[in-house]
Amino acid sequence: MLELADVHAVYGPSHVLHGVSLRVGDGEVVSLLGRNGAGKSTTLKAIVGVVEVTAGDIRFEGRSLRGVPTHRVARLGIGLVPEDRRIFADLTVLDNLAVGARPDSGWTLPRVFDLFPKLAELARRRGGSLSGGEQQMLTIARTLMTGPRVLLLDEPSEGLAPVVVQAFAGNVAALKRQGVAILMAEQNLKFARRLADRAYVIEKGEIRFEGTMAALDADVSLRRAYLSV
Amino acid sequence: MVLFLIASGLSLIFGVTRVVNFAHGSFYMLAAYLAYTLAGALPLGGASFYVAVALAALAVGAVGTLVEIVLLRRVYRAPELYQLLLTFALVLVVSDVVKLVWGSENKTGPSAPGLTGAVRVAGQLVPTYDLALIALGPCVAAALWWLFYRTRWGVLIRAATLDREMVALLGVDQARLFTGVFALGSLLAGLAGALQLPRVALTTVMDAAIITEAFVVVVVGGMGSVPGALLAAVVIGVIDAFGVLLLPRASLVLTFVVMAAVLVVRPWGLMGRPEAQGRSAGGTIIAGREVAVPRALIVGLAALLLAIPPLLPTFYVWVLVEILAFALFAASLHLLMGTGGMVSFGHAAAFGMGAYGAALLVRWATAPMLLALAAAPLAAAATAVVIGFFCVRLSSIYFAMLTLAFAQIAYAIAHQWYDVTGGDNGLLGIWPARWLASPVRYYYLALAASGAGLAVLAVAGRAPFGLTLRAARDHPRRAEAVGIDVRAHQWLAFVVAGFFGGLAGGIFVFLKGSVFPESLAVAVSVEPLVMVLLGGVQSLAGAPVGAALYKLLDTVVTRYTEYWQLVLGVILVAIVLVFPRGILGTLGARGRG
Repeated sequence: MLELADVHAVYGPSHVLHGVSLRVGDGEVVSLLGRNGAGKSTTLKAIVGVVEVTAGDIRFEGRSLRGVPTHRVARLGIGLVPEDRRIFADLTVLDNLAVGARPDSGWTLPRVFDLFPKLAELARRRGGSLSGGEQQMLTIARTLMTGPRVLLLDEPSEGLAPVVVQAFAGNVAALKRQGVAILMAEQNLKFARRLADRAYVIEKGEIRFEGTMAALDADVSLRRAYLSV
Repeated sequence: MVLFLIASGLSLIFGVTRVVNFAHGSFYMLAAYLAYTLAGALPLGGASFYVAVALAALAVGAVGTLVEIVLLRRVYRAPELYQLLLTFALVLVVSDVVKLVWGSENKTGPSAPGLTGAVRVAGQLVPTYDLALIALGPCVAAALWWLFYRTRWGVLIRAATLDREMVALLGVDQARLFTGVFALGSLLAGLAGALQLPRVALTTVMDAAIITEAFVVVVVGGMGSVPGALLAAVVIGVIDAFGVLLLPRASLVLTFVVMAAVLVVRPWGLMGRPEAQGRSAGGTIIAGREVAVPRALIVGLAALLLAIPPLLPTFYVWVLVEILAFALFAASLHLLMGTGGMVSFGHAAAFGMGAYGAALLVRWATAPMLLALAAAPLAAAATAVVIGFFCVRLSSIYFAMLTLAFAQIAYAIAHQWYDVTGGDNGLLGIWPARWLASPVRYYYLALAASGAGLAVLAVAGRAPFGLTLRAARDHPRRAEAVGIDVRAHQWLAFVVAGFFGGLAGGIFVFLKGSVFPESLAVAVSVEPLVMVLLGGVQSLAGAPVGAALYKLLDTVVTRYTEYWQLVLGVILVAIVLVFPRGILGTLGARGRG
């Protein structure tokens, strides 16, 4: 459904991709693992056109995304949930959700509140006044409102308390059951292991491993070399 | 309230698109003139005034929309300052179009039918129309509030003000959002202009007058904040009114003192908030690499400049001197904005203080010319010490605005301190010493001074000092982390830039033999900015290239038409569209393939 073929990209002096290839199938949860600065975020940003792709191709349901403006990529059905959450701090929770709302997305407020009941209670609060975990829910809910078929999650477990991560993993699992494909960049192997079907390991802008989570678990030396566990 | 209308539009446009729209005042002026013609032409009796106001506002809104779609949209990807250059070009164009269509004489509009009388309020006669305008203010504010807080479009606008990229990630087309904002902002400016018709005489300089005031309101209120604009418009309005009563001779200074005070205490305005990204003043302007100019070319050019003047007609020698002065002036600004990443909107302060410093010495101390010329940079540097102390505390657009405020304070002082500066009449008879008075001799003096200044600036840019400044520009926090005192270096850069800007002013004053408050005006701050951008901000060499080009264009075009601003504006627009990185920058990029 989403396929990257030999993607090269440059983003500032220190974020570079040297031919990244990966694939996300229908309804699949794929994790992209790697250290800080390995190229995880840059890969996700290249998909949505925030970072310019200099070579290679990105295809979504057979259609090339190279040169397509960010808002069009979003409307085609790819939703990036950014690492730093980027809640509109001055807007209420409802208004934050309204920014992404599309009538034809299949995602309505009740459906989002069903997944994240906590947000319904917070509906009139300012986005900036939410806790980290609540903001993480809001940023995903906001992207869901656009009706994505592939969700790109950039380090969703980062900076969250272990208890919150637990609850949050439940949310992602629920999304998976609803058929949303997910590509998530993670450093937290434990979190990725709970949710992902397959994994890629990226280091210095190149893919170093591709396989099932079980295969990754079996390869101790690989995990030592590229993941800080 | 008129001030609120125009300032809220300006603030809105900046908040969402990050374009500092210099042309906002021009839209205002255009609407006033349009309303003037329409009110006279419409055969609707008493209603024609009101219909004319509405039509003029709508028409200007349409013009704004067109400008956004046809021009600005092409340069959103270019560095932000080139958008500024584009809006400045529009100022020139609109100004001349107005002259072309309506002539240069002042026009007096009709009064508003039904609101012609005056009402006694607390013992003072107040025109009914003014009261109606005061009442209109809250209505417009309420309408805007409804738009922003009760419609999805408003939600999008507020979201985009906070984080444009995130809005795009959620599938919202920024281009259409920007067009809408520009249309609304221009409409508000148009409404403001048209509503002024019964109150003020229409002049061809009303754009400049209002834009400075609107900037003050926007900055005091907080860039991008409409409620802030309302609050600030009231504050500034009250200060204006009382200022005239209490300190008639310092009324001009007062508003800018207030603005400077607000910025020093609350650097992001009363109701604004700090920039999320914490960008430095340069923003993304310095995207490209430095363009190296071959040494042979510089040597050749220097030889040419040494050899040719005796062969030229006097007129061109004077033009060359002026270019030399402005080349140095622009280069001194380049140290700030190119190397230091600090974009100053008030570099005229350096130029004008240099010019006045020299002129005042000659006038009141009958100082010898060379001594006075030497004093020019010192006077400017001393001023820069004070101004810089406050300004380097701010970043980004607020730095620019505070420099503008200080330059305006200096302008107001020169303008109103009649006994010392001669006010409007300026200081006359500031000529070079007799042995330097011939054009060619003065040319060589200017060449020596300007050349030396450029050389020092070039060395400074490459010295550890310049490298440190660049580090501070590109990543202030990292620079601080490795032990660089960012503020101290920026302050020093400000003083050095002031010094050479002052020297340029000194050269200029003896060229013209006189100095007027205009040498401290906004236009003089904008000119070197245009020159640096025109030449290309990446390299110091861009500054003299831009200065030469700008002045030559100016000279040539002035000869053929009195509407030189129109031609210059169109050429500037073309240059921005063709060379979105400045001439040297674009050539450099092509050269690299």
